[in-house]
Amino acid sequence: MGNRQEILLTGAGGQGLILASIILAHAAVNDNKNVVQTQSYGPEARGGASMAGVIIDIDTIEYPKVVNPTVLLCMNQASFNKYLPKIKRVGECIVIVDSTFVSGPFREEYKVQNYPITKVAKEKVGKEVVANMLALGVVNAAAGLVDPDIFRESIFEMAPKGSGEINQKAFDMGYFLYEQGSGQDIDQSAQNPQ
Amino acid sequence: MPETKPVLMQGNEACAEGAISAGVRFYAGYPITPSTEVAERMAVKLPDIGGVFIQMEDEIASMAAVIGASIGGMRTLTATSGPGFSLKQENIGYAIMAEIPCVIVNVQRMGPSTGVPTAPSQGDVMQARWGTHGDHPVIVFSPASVYETYYLTVAAVNLSQKLRQPIILLLDEVIGHMREKVTIPKDSKLMVEKASDKVPADWKPYDDKGLTPLVPFGFGHYYHVTGLFHDQYGFPTGDPQQVERSLDRIHEKLKKYRDEVVLTNYIGHKEPRVVIVTYGCTVRSARAVVKKAYWNNRQPVGLLSLQTLWPFPDKEVQEIAKKADVVIVPEMNMGQIIGEVERQVKGEAEVIPLNRYDGEMISPEQISDIMGRWLS
Repeated sequence: MGNRQEILLTGAGGQGLILASIILAHAAVNDNKNVVQTQSYGPEARGGASMAGVIIDIDTIEYPKVVNPTVLLCMNQASFNKYLPKIKRVGECIVIVDSTFVSGPFREEYKVQNYPITKVAKEKVGKEVVANMLALGVVNAAAGLVDPDIFRESIFEMAPKGSGEINQKAFDMGYFLYEQGSGQDIDQSAQNPQ
Repeated sequence: MPETKPVLMQGNEACAEGAISAGVRFYAGYPITPSTEVAERMAVKLPDIGGVFIQMEDEIASMAAVIGASIGGMRTLTATSGPGFSLKQENIGYAIMAEIPCVIVNVQRMGPSTGVPTAPSQGDVMQARWGTHGDHPVIVFSPASVYETYYLTVAAVNLSQKLRQPIILLLDEVIGHMREKVTIPKDSKLMVEKASDKVPADWKPYDDKGLTPLVPFGFGHYYHVTGLFHDQYGFPTGDPQQVERSLDRIHEKLKKYRDEVVLTNYIGHKEPRVVIVTYGCTVRSARAVVKKAYWNNRQPVGLLSLQTLWPFPDKEVQEIAKKADVVIVPEMNMGQIIGEVERQVKGEAEVIPLNRYDGEMISPEQISDIMGRWLS
């Protein structure tokens, strides 16, 4: 089970997390890995809380639901409050939050990494809607799920016509944010992304 | 060879793709969660390949439209969920009686009634068997993965044509909605020869001698189609001899082709002590447990997964019962297929239910807990 990665992408409906999970799963397929993607469907997916799970493994995947997350992304405060306690391996699970919407508390044992994902998407990439791809960049940089070049190509394939470049730019910005480190303020961290 | 690049696909989408590969060119339906993606994909794809997509006013009408298109010579599909499946029952009975091929997809959700539209369930197993009235034969398939959904849809369409029998595909919300890596040949044609190409000169629509291919209306043969008991030419009859013969006729074809219709899969120990018998998405949880217990720890356990629910895989379950001491039957309902398992086990092994009906999947832990109790 050492190869098994269980990724939970959580936030508010409309933040593009379900699309992000599909693109992540698509990229994993292109990277020749086994993958299962599931998502919350009910009325909560239309405006309220939104959750999507992706399992990536080299072995075949049987049980399709995420039970023991190895990566957790929280894009708003409500999902942070709801899903953080569900982590079983505290300290081992990579927790990434969007500090634009999540203010804590960041208890030390969870080793929460916070990045101003939506703020950077809006102010540095130029479009708030690409925050989901930026988040994927951070997640992939932190967890090394999929080969980054394959990931970039997959984003281009899946993005709506004409928006491939800006989505790839957001993804790259995610890598840049990760390299700057957790808890940095946007004004210093995103001066000159390359 | 056609291109076979692995792709990410949803169960419902795989169902639509399988239908198209098998030659389905007519879809009539009324969208309902969690089956809507089947209709969506059919609506996108059918017009471009010379097919017809109709959204009807309700499920009753869509079932009727499917039957009509089938008599007209098209391969047909309709998809729905529990509440719509209830509405389709009358016309499903008609299709069985008049021996009109078609495939009905039911992506099960939590019932009764409108229930929880987005929660998975396996509560329609008995409805698929006995939903329509009278002593009728049925074929029901239940896939456990996206790829299985694809090939069982292909099999259903072709078998339905061959046997002139409606076939029900019983998916569940988990399999219908989850996306998985699958390798499907692109633009493949998985259509067996059209039965009606081999029509004998003395063709009768309901021949006493046995299965005859369906000749669609407008292809040179005149006959009558009715839900009443009918003679060889399709005209209504109340003659006791003909009634009995007619009912035997529709049951005989399933018995004759049993081995093509009944599909199961066994993994695990050759001489198992504990065997899990299950179907649909519950197979996934069970397989996780059995793989760990047998492959890693060499425990005497096995898993019989049923791709075909009806006609019930009686021989396969009997065989298991002879070897095993305990048969565990996990189901996401209050116990439906277990009755059938007990009937076949005939007291030769202990049959243990594992039911969950809160709208969540049965977890591997639940299965391994109960299995562990019988192994120690």
